[in-house]
Amino acid sequence: MPPIVSAKAIHKHFGTLHVLKGVDLDVAERELVFVIGPSGSGKSTLLRCLNRLEEPTSGSIVVDSIDMLSPRTDINHARQRIGMVFQSFNLYPHMTALGNVTLALRKVAGKSRAEADVLGRAALERVGLADRAHHRPAELSGGQQQRVAIARSIALEPRVMLFDEPTSALDPELVGSVLAVMRSLRESGMTMIVVSHEMGFARAAADRVVFMDHGLIVEQGPPAQIFESPGQERTRTFIGQIQRH
Amino acid sequence: MEEIVQAFFNREIATEALPIVLQGLLNTVLLSLLVVPLGLLGGLILALLAHSRSPFIRWPLMAWVDFFRAFPPLVLLILLFAGLPFAGLELGGFACVAIAFFLNTGAYYGEILRAGIESIPRGQVEAARSTGLSGLQAMIYIVLPQAVRNVLPDLLSNTLEVVKLTALGSVVAVPELLFQARQAQSVTYNATPIVMAAVIYFLVLWPVVRLLSRLENRALAVRG
Amino acid sequence: MSRWDRFLDTFFNLKVMAKYLPDILSGVVLTIELALAVVITGLLAGLILALIRSVGIRPINWLIIFVVDVFRSLPPLVVIVLVYFGLPSAGFAPSAFVSTWMSLALVLMAFAEEIFWAGITSTPKGQWEASRSTGLSFSQTLLSVILPQALRLTIAPLTNRTIAITKGTALGTVVALHEILGMASSAVSNSYNPSPLMMGAAAYIVLFLPVVVAARWIESRFAWKR
Repeated sequence: MPPIVSAKAIHKHFGTLHVLKGVDLDVAERELVFVIGPSGSGKSTLLRCLNRLEEPTSGSIVVDSIDMLSPRTDINHARQRIGMVFQSFNLYPHMTALGNVTLALRKVAGKSRAEADVLGRAALERVGLADRAHHRPAELSGGQQQRVAIARSIALEPRVMLFDEPTSALDPELVGSVLAVMRSLRESGMTMIVVSHEMGFARAAADRVVFMDHGLIVEQGPPAQIFESPGQERTRTFIGQIQRH
Repeated sequence: MEEIVQAFFNREIATEALPIVLQGLLNTVLLSLLVVPLGLLGGLILALLAHSRSPFIRWPLMAWVDFFRAFPPLVLLILLFAGLPFAGLELGGFACVAIAFFLNTGAYYGEILRAGIESIPRGQVEAARSTGLSGLQAMIYIVLPQAVRNVLPDLLSNTLEVVKLTALGSVVAVPELLFQARQAQSVTYNATPIVMAAVIYFLVLWPVVRLLSRLENRALAVRG
Repeated sequence: MSRWDRFLDTFFNLKVMAKYLPDILSGVVLTIELALAVVITGLLAGLILALIRSVGIRPINWLIIFVVDVFRSLPPLVVIVLVYFGLPSAGFAPSAFVSTWMSLALVLMAFAEEIFWAGITSTPKGQWEASRSTGLSFSQTLLSVILPQALRLTIAPLTNRTIAITKGTALGTVVALHEILGMASSAVSNSYNPSPLMMGAAAYIVLFLPVVVAARWIESRFAWKR
């Protein structure tokens, strides 16, 4: 079976800065790939290239058999199939939770308001926030906001979900609720690419861990292998630093 | 095309009108140098009074400020210029402009300075008072310098408006830039002098506008 | 006659007031019409310019910035005089009403564009990214996600500026527009009594004071919280 996400030879320059230096990443359907690495290693940029929030300087990206970099691709339509969850939630502050979830359903997927409301409520139900549908982001805790952001993505029934440090902005006691939602997504068979420092979650849930440094994939493998017996010196140093915390 | 040039950019008329218009520019500068400090003074008085905790001072003050924010400055000017003579008080255009600006722009400056003073945390005053400074000293040495810095873009923006407002002087025969240009226009039957005045206003004030739009963008970004 | 009576007789002469009340009222109607025309067209034009600017086509943006800067630098009265006394030489002679309307609308457009633009640019980048990542297009994002937030941010500076420029309707009197001040001034010279001017002043207060008070309320109501 062909991979659902296939990125080949991705380069990204920011001016003179060479952030991605030829990254290849294939992700199979229903796989959970966990990307780790020091800050500045290019892992977030890689994620943002996959749905073209960043324009790669060169390379090719195919998601669900759509060539993401082709000028003929309707990028807005393609992005519906790729959910993205941000570190800073990025909920729309002027809309309710339900409004946040239904906006793209109405504007991109072309649903009527009534249809969108039904789907939106179902998505909020899945993240355990059906009772918060009419609250504004400012009235929700950080963990609840992030779960609404996840609902905003899954309501569009994406084929792949990208998580860009989804728990880094949360107080420690709120992290668990977000991870629980991610775990249930995983169990439902969602393909996920997660950039995060939650090593416990990686160990328990990831199929594969990818270690990036200086714009390159240094090493990848099952979590047990990467965490217990990494093959590369740089990986070992990084894992060591993380575990001391 | 040739007609347009003749009507708006007539070189002969421009040469003829130049000394008259430049005299107007000089007077506009002098007028601004008078009314800006006057307005600032009025504003400072208002802002310091507004700092009072007594509602018997605060409420009338707020009404005063709102009154002048609602009142068109030209109406105020005409009221002084055309109304006061009926009370036996003939002040002349120049004095009327000075009074009107003191009242009108003072209200705006006052509102800005008040916001600036309110932006300074109470702890600043408490710290100053704890070292033995009087309330007035704390205001002058500690609060005001910080307050002014906080609202500098607003002060500058209002000052720009005040300078532009001096064009109202033309209505009561104060020989500032616009008045002089209109004099030249009525003598020559040609719009060139007014175009000259407009170009001069633009050239003098454009740098201020550029600076302001940078400052304002930043201010809104910080607030957001 | 005591001094007080003489004062009242001069500045608040009931007979004169009654005589010129219809004139002043017609001035009020004209002022309201002019003010509404200025506010609607000026704000709309400013918003459209800001939206065009956000598309980010360089030469067009430079043009917008230049036009905006021109009308922020020029005193409104200079613009009015230029339009009313100058344009006829170019073969287009707008009436006093149209001259005042055009001039003030252009000035309001310039200030409004600047404020709207600041609001749009200060909306966090993450809002754009979140919206685009769910598949909304540039214009859908601008209209559904960015603009509502930007408008809220701009509402206080915008109301204050709008009031300040709308008060400029009184400038129309310089080009013989029969708005409140124009009506009051000619009544004063006809009756040789300042009472009409006092009426005119009162009319301005009645028109604009509620707006100023409302602006104060709006400012506290829409203080932004996230």
